Amino acid sequence: MAELLTKFPRRRTVLLASLLAVGMTATACSAPGEDRSSTQKSDAAVKTELGTGPVTLEMYAETGFPLAKALADEFSKQHSNVTFNIREDQFTVIVENAPRVMASDNSPDIIRLPTMVDLVKDDLLKNLDPYFTAYGWDKFPASQLMQLRVGENTRGTGSLYGMGLGYSVTGVFYNKKLASQIGMTQPPATVAEFEELLAKAKTGGVQPIMQFNKNTAGINFPHQALQNQFGDPTQVADWIFQKPGATFDTPAALKATQTIQKWAQAGYFTKDANALDYAGMVGEFQKGNGLFMFNGDWESANLDKSMPGNVGFFLFPTESPGGKHVAMSAPNTFGVSAKAKNPDAAAYFLNWVHTNAKAREISVTVGGSSPGGPSDLPVPSAAPNTVLAETLKASQQLGAENGAVDFTANATGGIFAAAITPEMQKLIAGQQTPEGYVKAVQAEYQKELSR
Amino acid sequence: MTSALGSAPTGRDDSRARPTPTRAHRFRWARAAGTGWLYVLPALVMYAVFVLRPLVLTLQYSLYDWNGIGVARWVGLDNYLTVFTDSDLLKIIGNAIVLIVFFSFIPVALGLLVASMVRRITTGAFGTVVRTILFMPQVIPLVAAGIAWSWLLSSNGLVNQALRAVGLGGVARAWLGDFDTALPAVGVIGAWVLLGLCTILLVTGMSKIDPALYEAARLDGAGPVREFLAVTLPSLRQEIGVCLTVTIIAALASFDIVYISTSGGPGLQTTVPGLEIYRLAFSQRQVGLASALAVVLMLLVLACVLPIQRLSRGEKP
Repeated sequence: MAELLTKFPRRRTVLLASLLAVGMTATACSAPGEDRSSTQKSDAAVKTELGTGPVTLEMYAETGFPLAKALADEFSKQHSNVTFNIREDQFTVIVENAPRVMASDNSPDIIRLPTMVDLVKDDLLKNLDPYFTAYGWDKFPASQLMQLRVGENTRGTGSLYGMGLGYSVTGVFYNKKLASQIGMTQPPATVAEFEELLAKAKTGGVQPIMQFNKNTAGINFPHQALQNQFGDPTQVADWIFQKPGATFDTPAALKATQTIQKWAQAGYFTKDANALDYAGMVGEFQKGNGLFMFNGDWESANLDKSMPGNVGFFLFPTESPGGKHVAMSAPNTFGVSAKAKNPDAAAYFLNWVHTNAKAREISVTVGGSSPGGPSDLPVPSAAPNTVLAETLKASQQLGAENGAVDFTANATGGIFAAAITPEMQKLIAGQQTPEGYVKAVQAEYQKELSR
Repeated sequence: MTSALGSAPTGRDDSRARPTPTRAHRFRWARAAGTGWLYVLPALVMYAVFVLRPLVLTLQYSLYDWNGIGVARWVGLDNYLTVFTDSDLLKIIGNAIVLIVFFSFIPVALGLLVASMVRRITTGAFGTVVRTILFMPQVIPLVAAGIAWSWLLSSNGLVNQALRAVGLGGVARAWLGDFDTALPAVGVIGAWVLLGLCTILLVTGMSKIDPALYEAARLDGAGPVREFLAVTLPSLRQEIGVCLTVTIIAALASFDIVYISTSGGPGLQTTVPGLEIYRLAFSQRQVGLASALAVVLMLLVLACVLPIQRLSRGEKP
């Protein structure tokens, strides 16, 4: 210290110290953060009229998700007094920014949401229950909005905090040309049949699965698809919704992890999967460098454009013949900020998205996903012989079988980045055992819930 | 400490020591000092707002358990305890220390070599070309460099194509996605970025060396190696000090290259403190732990850099 000070003339030392002291006193008096809990009432009267006065809705949407803007444009066309001010960011950026943006003074009216529990806990999201009653959203299938409900620190039950701009379904896309090359004439009916196709492709010199695993674990898609089939999907849903006592350390998750390990060892994933990102995966699949790709219907319109007539889709097969299909399916969640300036107009827009015929058509043609809404409204049809038509059909089938579950990656705010992604990368590189994987994911989950 | 402080000459002490300062003197001094303060004020305000305040806030946050929005809970030194006991976080700090070899030692060593080769051609058109090529990596944004390198190092990238072309297809792999090669591959990108900076600094330093010294050495029968060790290296002490300081900070505080090329993967193989601080604060919302790690990183940087500063500035032996 003495040596340090000889280099530092006393005056400067005094100055620095006093500046630091001023900073300390200015900032360190109180704990950071503020208590914002229970400032809003959920039973406040709401308006379901849009009115004629000029309204500007602030929207915070996701880059590469053109549906939000398309719907906003159509809404402004139908309601000339409403204009939209849209800010776009990558989804991961929204995940990181959402709490601060929503706590700020210019909080958006409508915002694309990541996981909601923390936002509700911090009182940043508007409770939509009054709108649920006012607009009669009870006519929607209850399962459609289940993932958007938040109760006492759990999801799946409680008050409504979001709505979907389209409801996505996931499954397996396949390259038709490569499929016929290895003798696949129809989608596999069971997991065993699917594995046979993988083996056939491998021996036939065709890359069986094109799946990314770089910055986020894309191999979690096939992993959860297997996990959904190897046990009771309610167990998976309970874990995602943070039901007390739910665990990831189940025989189903372990068997799924063992299967992924087996597939990795057999070379069913690309050797460079850990260096392949999402865009790279889609690009390689479009170039015909892989037979299967686990992905969601948000890519349907894009794939129809890039490989017309050459791409098909099926829901991940069941473990036993004739079993129930289960698939990750989630609303493209949008919520209303607690501090929104025009919450009534925002809710009006969300209701319009689900019920207006033109809006529902845009959801299908631009978003590639089911528009949701009341079960008595017809689902707009997609052009025949497109993969879009196939994903739409799959979505309806899944609804009829009541087989939709959320993504395990959404269980907590940090589970995907802190556990699933690094551990999955280790697993497929032979640096982690299936037992170790399951335990590591559960350990991170418990760590986050205990905070 | 007292003696050190006592011996430090400062302007204020001088003015106090003056026997009988007249009123006018004192007034003039005060006015001069006041004007001086006015000159530095804009910079001082910026420094206080954008450097000192965040520094103090980081120290404060590191003592709390806070998600960035809600009410924070005082936890004392618990976050620091976590930093020093969590095996993942220790591994992450270890990664940064490994990167020092690539970001710092390799560029400085190679820089010395390249600089001694090109120092005679520092003038003229060719010299300009050489300097431009060497300095290019410093001009290219790190994000662009990261993207370009991840293409080069991908499984079908140029590096692997070259290996296959010369019959070394067996070692070809996705360099940034392989558990064994990811960290060294990131290190190579860093070395490429920083080599130019080091070379330019060292060439400039060499051009200041008195040619008479070389002449004297040659008259004494020194060869090129002896010349380098006896004349060039000691004369470049300060420049080497600057190179080491800048590159070690770049290694320990690295973020952009890693974020773009590997995102810290595979596993935690290339995760560095800068990336982890960002993730903890913004994706996992553990602002307290992130701040504690940031403070530890700052201390680590100081512990590495201050001795170098002292050595390179000290009197010649």
